[in-house]
Amino acid sequence: MSLLEVKDLQVRVDEREILHGLSLTVNAGEVHAIMGPNGSGKSTLSHVIAGKPGYEVTGGEILFKGEDLLEMSPDERAVKGVFLAFQYPVEIPGVTTINFLRTALNAQRKARGEAEFLVPDFLKKMRSVAGSLNIPMDMLKRGVNVGFSGGEKKRNEILQMALFEPSLCILDEMDSGLDIDALRVAADGVNALRSPERAMVVITHYQRLLNYIVPDVVHVMSKGRVVKSGGKELALELEASGYAQFEDAA
Amino acid sequence: MAAVQETVDRVRRIDVDQYRYGFETLIESDKAPKGLSEDTVRFISAKKNEPAWMLEWRLEAYRRWLTMTEPKWARVNYPKIDYQDLYYYSAPKAKKTVSSLDEIDPEILKTYEKLGIPLREVEVLEGVVRPPEGEEGSGQRKIAVDAVFDSVSVATTFQKELKKAGVIFMPISEAIREHPELVKKYLGSVVPTSDNYFATLNSAVFSDGSFVYVPPGVRCPMELSTYFRINERNTGQFERTLIIADKGAYVSYLEGCTAPQRDENQLHAAVVELVTLDDAEIKYSTVQNWYPGNSEGVGGIYNFVTKRGDCRGNNSKISWTQVETGSAITWKYPSCILRGDNSRGEFYSVAISNGHQQVDSGTKMIHLGKNTTSRIISKGIAAGVSQNTYRGLVTAHRKATGARNFTACDSLLIGDKCGAHTVPYVEAKNSSALFEHEATTSKISEDVLFYCVQRGLTQEEAVGLVVNGFVKDVLQQLPMEFAVEAQKLISISLEGSVG
Amino acid sequence: MNLVVAKTETGRALSDIFDVARDRLPGGGKVADARQQAFEIYERAGLPHRRIEDWKYTDLRVLMREVLPPAPAPDAAAVKRAGSALKPHAIAGARRLVLVDGVFAAQLSDTDDFEQGLSVRTLREVLEAGDAALQAQLLSPDSSDPMVALNSAMMTDGLVIEVADGVVLTKPLHIVHIATAAQPLAMFTRSLLKLGKTAGATLVESYIGADGVKAYQVHDSLLLTVGDGARLDHVRLIEDSREAFNICAAVVTLGAHAHFNTFGMTSGGNVSRYQAVIAVAGEHSRVETSGVNLLNGRQHADTTLFLDHAVPNGTSHEIFRAVVDDRGHSVFQGRIIVRPKAQKTDARMMTRALLLSDDAEADNKPELEIFADDVACGHGATTGALDESLLFYLRARGLSEKEAQALLIQAFVGEAIEQIASDDLRGLAISAAERWLAARS
Repeated sequence: MSLLEVKDLQVRVDEREILHGLSLTVNAGEVHAIMGPNGSGKSTLSHVIAGKPGYEVTGGEILFKGEDLLEMSPDERAVKGVFLAFQYPVEIPGVTTINFLRTALNAQRKARGEAEFLVPDFLKKMRSVAGSLNIPMDMLKRGVNVGFSGGEKKRNEILQMALFEPSLCILDEMDSGLDIDALRVAADGVNALRSPERAMVVITHYQRLLNYIVPDVVHVMSKGRVVKSGGKELALELEASGYAQFEDAA
Repeated sequence: MAAVQETVDRVRRIDVDQYRYGFETLIESDKAPKGLSEDTVRFISAKKNEPAWMLEWRLEAYRRWLTMTEPKWARVNYPKIDYQDLYYYSAPKAKKTVSSLDEIDPEILKTYEKLGIPLREVEVLEGVVRPPEGEEGSGQRKIAVDAVFDSVSVATTFQKELKKAGVIFMPISEAIREHPELVKKYLGSVVPTSDNYFATLNSAVFSDGSFVYVPPGVRCPMELSTYFRINERNTGQFERTLIIADKGAYVSYLEGCTAPQRDENQLHAAVVELVTLDDAEIKYSTVQNWYPGNSEGVGGIYNFVTKRGDCRGNNSKISWTQVETGSAITWKYPSCILRGDNSRGEFYSVAISNGHQQVDSGTKMIHLGKNTTSRIISKGIAAGVSQNTYRGLVTAHRKATGARNFTACDSLLIGDKCGAHTVPYVEAKNSSALFEHEATTSKISEDVLFYCVQRGLTQEEAVGLVVNGFVKDVLQQLPMEFAVEAQKLISISLEGSVG
Repeated sequence: MNLVVAKTETGRALSDIFDVARDRLPGGGKVADARQQAFEIYERAGLPHRRIEDWKYTDLRVLMREVLPPAPAPDAAAVKRAGSALKPHAIAGARRLVLVDGVFAAQLSDTDDFEQGLSVRTLREVLEAGDAALQAQLLSPDSSDPMVALNSAMMTDGLVIEVADGVVLTKPLHIVHIATAAQPLAMFTRSLLKLGKTAGATLVESYIGADGVKAYQVHDSLLLTVGDGARLDHVRLIEDSREAFNICAAVVTLGAHAHFNTFGMTSGGNVSRYQAVIAVAGEHSRVETSGVNLLNGRQHADTTLFLDHAVPNGTSHEIFRAVVDDRGHSVFQGRIIVRPKAQKTDARMMTRALLLSDDAEADNKPELEIFADDVACGHGATTGALDESLLFYLRARGLSEKEAQALLIQAFVGEAIEQIASDDLRGLAISAAERWLAARS
């Protein structure tokens, strides 16, 4: 059984169809890259998988571990192991990062019927994860993402990924707004989380990120469909010749 | 304190005899007998050759008015008005019919000349209205003018050209006779005769004003403008303006007001009604410079005005811009009823009070339709011993989902004998309404003044610079010619501090 | 005192209630005369309604309809019920002073070991004993507000607390108002706390109802005097029963170099109104006032603050937050006046409302009245729903809708709670907010 199966997905936003029958299969242990020009529907796909309101699914289905994902609320999906690293993580003033991390982690564990972490155990776990990502404690005492730099926000997303141990990670334009050093730190964090049980879907506009997170499969999206799939060499091909060749295929 | 002391002293010393428009025009006039009764109402209606339905409408308003009491909630103080000691109708005694400008009493034309109002089309065409410096070529726009002298419209220019575009722009007294179906349909539909004390009084005794109808899809080819002038002693001016922008139409309308200097207070109780149907837009700009009274607070206009726009159609827009520098008392809340879905209301205001002036002005944004938006930018400047109040209401009805408002009210105090007040009412009745309101009160920063003076500006120039910066957001909303005039007016009303 | 008057309509009937009660209300002579005058003022005005500007959003003629007769003095059973109702609201280490059905209950109060310089008496004692200066002060509130006038006429009991110059109380004072009556009845109380020069105190007020109480009415007033250089920390928690009415007026006067930190939270009651007049009467004084309304069902809560800067160099910061669910209605009116001589005043106010339901309503009227030019004054008001993108972010991290809302609500009200100066008091406010959130889900 595949981890994620997207079958003939059709999605509308405000009466306009964005995805016109998109299919995608991702197995555990794989890293898939989804590339495509702006407006091809990449972010829409990530939002629909995570269950963001405002999208109308008019056809097709999404199965996650064989279950109908579209029937689940966003938090149920998170509990099942779907994690979206946001392109633009929101700022939540007044909620400290530590409090947020503990509340979210325990909410997931509680929903799965697992024991909740007590404060000392949680702090221990968080310290070790934060340390490995080079995240200082004072950053964690601030409001979630409040006043964080672009790089810090992305590192905070990866921190959560490491802490929540999801089985599917969707990284939406992780490279946007990052300089080369910040990108390397973030990519190292992601690579450390690759495992045979976990799949990753890396959404990106540029090939650059894929030098750091090397994919097993590359998909090219155009106008709401996957128009070509191949190995990592496909990304290099795109880098050389651009997206235009696929526009007609769509 | 010390840095602005000189300014404060100068402002205090202002002799408002400097009021630039304070001359009187000596002409014969035709007046109704003093006082108010059913007979006065009948007299006015008869003078205007009105149809019976109009007289009935007026009488109903008059009877209603008798049962009402003067509102007291505004932060203004004035002695009791004796409504029986006023003239309700005064018209320049002129030839029977005015068919061309040449037939208008030359004295009146001279008055408007002194005011700088281009009554003669030819003057406009010859470029009497100059573009502001550095904007050559773009400013030679035509402006159609309706001039209202005391109670009567004396001249409306560019009639023919407007007619070609299908735009009706004429004195409302004529519109009642010539376009009764339009007047009947819209008059009192935004400000009902029973709306408030002053509006009801106006409904009974209004003598003239402007009427504009822009037919569907028409973008009015020029700015429309009305100049109001109160000349006669003891005369109330009660003009009535009705502007309708039919589906997809657009019109920009300008209004200016002046009056001579007089020791006694004069009453001005106007009503303005705007209606926009689907996709239509009205932009209404006012530069109000009624006589504010002298430095002792004697005389000046009591300005009790009801202005309201109804965004009746979807995607329609009404924008009010006002520069209020005159009047002894201002009681005025240009408002928008955002009835149509996606409609938008705007209110941009500069209110300056000096001497003994009292201003209580603001707006109401009433969100009824879905996804309606509104924006309020209010700048109050108080000097002398004046009191300057912003009073505003923003409300979203239960069904007005997606309503949005942004309000910013800033007050600037010049001197320590004046007052600046902010009284907003923010009412949200559904969770999707998003309202933001902010207000500040401050004085001109001494650091800024010092910086400017150190760079070679005089104290007054520095204050002028700061004040102009303070009001810039609003003046930008005015049509160009008006913006220049408004800027001058602001300088004059703060005379002594701003060269 | 043992008044049992049949339930009647307002107006004429209330004057009967007053006539019956009058002879048994504490205080004769001048006090009785003052009561009579105050009652006449109330009778002329009647219950305030929406045409009275200060009551625009809280029309008591519609919401409350009538003033109920005074509750009888509590019997032993009532005191017992009050005692058990008290437990969850007890504050460790505080000096508890309990008013049961509007009457001081010594059995439930800590009346031993008064610190040096602390005097606690009941309103009844002071009105009857004839301490002229204190009586005059107790009768001083401005009766132009009809509900204050009614309270002046009917006040039955309360606490009169004095802290001598230089005395800083270590134990917080905790005044608890408990209603126990199984009949719909009213309580009329007035309390006074007077801090001498450089004195210090912490005052917590709790309003609660015992199990099974009916639609009772609390009519309370509070007079606070903060002397030169004194400091008062004040928290009020309205956790009345969901059918209760709570109408309270506070009058606060600050001397020079005084510091007043006050916080109020309304999460209980059916209809409540708190109006406070805070007069900054001495220079270099500081006021921090913050408040939270947490409302659902059909709750209506009105906070009306009037900050009066009469002298130069005063500072006041106000933060208000409302969270409104279901058909709740939150009202905030905040008026700041800076009088002509009050130069160098720094007065700021921020009010924000969060609407959780399409039937919820929040009305904000922040008002500035500025008569001095060398000031920095400002206010802001916002109204809106929870940010959808924040909610989604939290839900994508596994929080349920309620959990995500609760976290954001806590953060939202946290901005007001943050302004409470004392850690212990902040803890009280957080617990009260948590109780509301827990009851919600």
